[in-house]
Amino acid sequence: MSMNNQGRPTSAGAATENTDFESFSGHKGLRLAEPLIFELGSTETTGVDVPEVDEFEMAIGGLERTSEIGCPGLSEPDTVRHYTRLSRRNYGIDMGVFPLGSCTMKHNPRLNEKMARLPGFSDIHPLQPKSTVRGAMQLMDELSHWLCTLTGMPAVALSPKAGAHGELCGVMAIRSALEARGDAREVILCPESAHGTNPATAAFCGYKVKAIPAKDNGRVDLEALKEALDDTVAAVMLTNPNTCGLFENEIRDIADAIHAAGAFFYCDGANFNAIMGKARPGDLGVDAMHFNLHKTFSTPHGGGGPGSGPVVFSDALKAHVPVPFVVKTDDGFDLIEEADDKSMGRLVAYHGQMGMYVRALSYMLSHGSDGIRQAAEDAVLNANYVLASLGDVMTASFDGPCMHEALFDDRFLKDTGVTTLDFAKAMIDEGYHPMTMYFPLVVHGAMLIEPTESESKFNMDQFIASMRGLAGEAKAGNVDRFSGAPYHAPWKRLDETQAARNPVLRYSPEE
Amino acid sequence: MRYLPLTATDRQAMLDKIGVRHVDELFKDIPNDVLNPEIDLPRHRSEMEVERYLSRMAAKNTAAGSVPFFVGAGAYKHHVPATVDHMIQRGEFLTAYTPYQPEIAQGTLQYIFEFQTQVAQLTGMDVANASMYDGSTGCSEAVMMARRVTRKKKAILAGSLHAHYASVVATTTQFTDDVIERLAPNPADPEAELQAAIDAIDADTSCVVFQNPGVFGSVLDLRPLAEKAHEHKALLIVVVTEVMSLGLTQSPGEMGADIVVGEGQSIGNGLNFGGPYLGLFATNQKFVRQMPGRLCGETVDADGKRGFVLTLSTREQHIRREKATSNICTNSGLCALAFTIHMTLLGEKGLRGVSLANHKAAVDLRDALKGVDGVEVLNRTFFNEFSVKLSRDAASVVDALADKGILAGVPASRLYPGEGLDDVLILAATETVSADDISALVAGLKEVL
Repeated sequence: MSMNNQGRPTSAGAATENTDFESFSGHKGLRLAEPLIFELGSTETTGVDVPEVDEFEMAIGGLERTSEIGCPGLSEPDTVRHYTRLSRRNYGIDMGVFPLGSCTMKHNPRLNEKMARLPGFSDIHPLQPKSTVRGAMQLMDELSHWLCTLTGMPAVALSPKAGAHGELCGVMAIRSALEARGDAREVILCPESAHGTNPATAAFCGYKVKAIPAKDNGRVDLEALKEALDDTVAAVMLTNPNTCGLFENEIRDIADAIHAAGAFFYCDGANFNAIMGKARPGDLGVDAMHFNLHKTFSTPHGGGGPGSGPVVFSDALKAHVPVPFVVKTDDGFDLIEEADDKSMGRLVAYHGQMGMYVRALSYMLSHGSDGIRQAAEDAVLNANYVLASLGDVMTASFDGPCMHEALFDDRFLKDTGVTTLDFAKAMIDEGYHPMTMYFPLVVHGAMLIEPTESESKFNMDQFIASMRGLAGEAKAGNVDRFSGAPYHAPWKRLDETQAARNPVLRYSPEE
Repeated sequence: MRYLPLTATDRQAMLDKIGVRHVDELFKDIPNDVLNPEIDLPRHRSEMEVERYLSRMAAKNTAAGSVPFFVGAGAYKHHVPATVDHMIQRGEFLTAYTPYQPEIAQGTLQYIFEFQTQVAQLTGMDVANASMYDGSTGCSEAVMMARRVTRKKKAILAGSLHAHYASVVATTTQFTDDVIERLAPNPADPEAELQAAIDAIDADTSCVVFQNPGVFGSVLDLRPLAEKAHEHKALLIVVVTEVMSLGLTQSPGEMGADIVVGEGQSIGNGLNFGGPYLGLFATNQKFVRQMPGRLCGETVDADGKRGFVLTLSTREQHIRREKATSNICTNSGLCALAFTIHMTLLGEKGLRGVSLANHKAAVDLRDALKGVDGVEVLNRTFFNEFSVKLSRDAASVVDALADKGILAGVPASRLYPGEGLDDVLILAATETVSADDISALVAGLKEVL
């Protein structure tokens, strides 16, 4: 054993791993155990300066809360430590490759965070006088301009709070337009590969949902679509690029067929990252498309929101956009807050996700028209690199090229005893977030890999080497590596059945 | 481009591996005549240039913290401890996805479990979900949930409900056969507003939605409303847009609510010009399976260690598709984290203290306004917000005061145009309002009235 000049050993020596180790504290080195705040804090503890208030006569009508609320507090140091410890149990984009298909887990630039926190954006009230929020209206107008220009569409509704909310906005505009022309229709067509939100949204707006068949090449069967289109069809909802990671190459014929039937073409823009700056939905016959600003334009996913889902509209639908929206005036901008008789009405209180608008515009200004196109190209290049590098050891569901995500299925795991789920969990042991699994539903045991433009070739090569290694292990019959995975995450697999059978949805002190 | 790691050499090597010569061969499915359109937008900019550009835009707005500020009506300026914003920016929280892989998302899942518990405690209900987009969308989800529970169609929206919330309910149900009955706002007589809601309930009613404190600020005992609703097998939905009030007033659960919808912005989250905010949604145990939105539940892992997972997802769109309880696919995760961290810092003691300070600020404001000619306070009860009747049009008064650097509140006509409330002003005073701010407002009002 070598020694440094203080006589201290500099290498670990033997027995570096003691798997049965039990500490006295419950911690394991940097894996720090952390109870719930309800087990740590007390209702007497607080981490804020409690204002001193002199006696006064209250005016709440004798309705003072006398019962205990029961919320424990922690001091500031303990609060910081609690949430720091919790954070370390999470995987985020900041930690490594996050190839979650259909979710576009790209880098979240910190400039965007800084801009959204400028007091002129973060500390303004949605109902303060319009004369005091000219910059906010300008920002909304400029974001609208970028979204319309990138899509070649004439109008946009910014206010929807997330992608699914944008879908709702789009389908409601379609229904408003149909009702305005006295044309009651009953059906919306969606492919089976659609995100679950599409049929859920259609049903929410009172439509029956019918499936559009797909062809063997993973794209819509145009002939079957034409047969399904009649005067009962209100709209066709298509994701393009679709959830198999493929561009609908007959898109214009599809759009023509939809319009010939008097229906509208709704495009789910979840995968817009693949084509931004490369093609404009307005050139392809789309009537409405939502964005997910938290996907394409890099606003943080935040562990499940907040999202933002603006929707662009064609001329045929733009009269029906919800309030509020910004208009240009002689001396600047105005915010229209009251619906006229064509507008569908109001989808949210106030004006939508301003904090996300700032971040998205910051992303767009940084990239510019050239950088946006480059980002789409790099995203598509990375995905095709995955497809080309894994196609011989995993089973690609469709022939390439793909767009921004590569779809594999579980045929390569046939007779290995390893499932898609097992394979995904083994990726965790490799230090990666799993790809999207079992979606889309049109192939068996789907594995949808979306690397995004944020990954370097070095990262891609490492990831590919891991995936090849895992595929080899599965085929070699090393089932244990998969069936118990993850072994090296802070938690082993969790029992979801128990959670659903006997739901414990809040902390209750032990009786 | 600073965000794009691939070099020209990398790109070429990757194209070679794929077996194409040019990247546009990967885009061959896009019709050629629309590929690579001219995009009339500026080229990329440096971080410094973007920062300068957006900072100038931001500087055209008047930040709440820079002036005497009395604007509320569903969004409130509170002091948020520095710790909150620092912690939510940890990349492990900020850049995580929805916790569908629970083995590597226990950080998110545990805070959601903590959040659900805190919301249930605050509202006095059994359970809460992982949050909704905001209070207004949560409100329309609650109306639809009441319909699922009661199998009745008529929802009554009380006059105390924020106009935007009522509009969101009306908009989102316009293509269903739900019947939405909106009652008139009545800032001068909140008891009459309550009585009108009670009187409107009949055998066809699925739910009655009442905001407390109301949009004009009054705090009321809702027990008579709960009683009448329950007599007719209807649900009482209580909306709380100022969640800070729950530190001082009796909880909706104690008053008999079946569903509580809240706007949680006041705790942990800034004004942000209206979003992102977070919807709180709580109900009783027996309705859990009819609840919209994500839920986190406790379980164990393969070693028997306690952990948390998203659960009861068979209600949700990604499993149920067109039969889902809601099309919602997200919550307001990071805003919920901010809420939870702020609540943890506050604790019951801090919450009660800050809540009391809010009420005191509003009482001080009311007392100061008593001496101003042309101002008549309409409320007998309030938490941190009340309404006044002015001797002239409130919107013009607010504009005149804005010119003097005072943001004086929300003219009722901004929420209720054409409803005869042009002389009504809604004023909020939170713990951030100082005695000097109140003096400035009083002096300003004396000048413009």
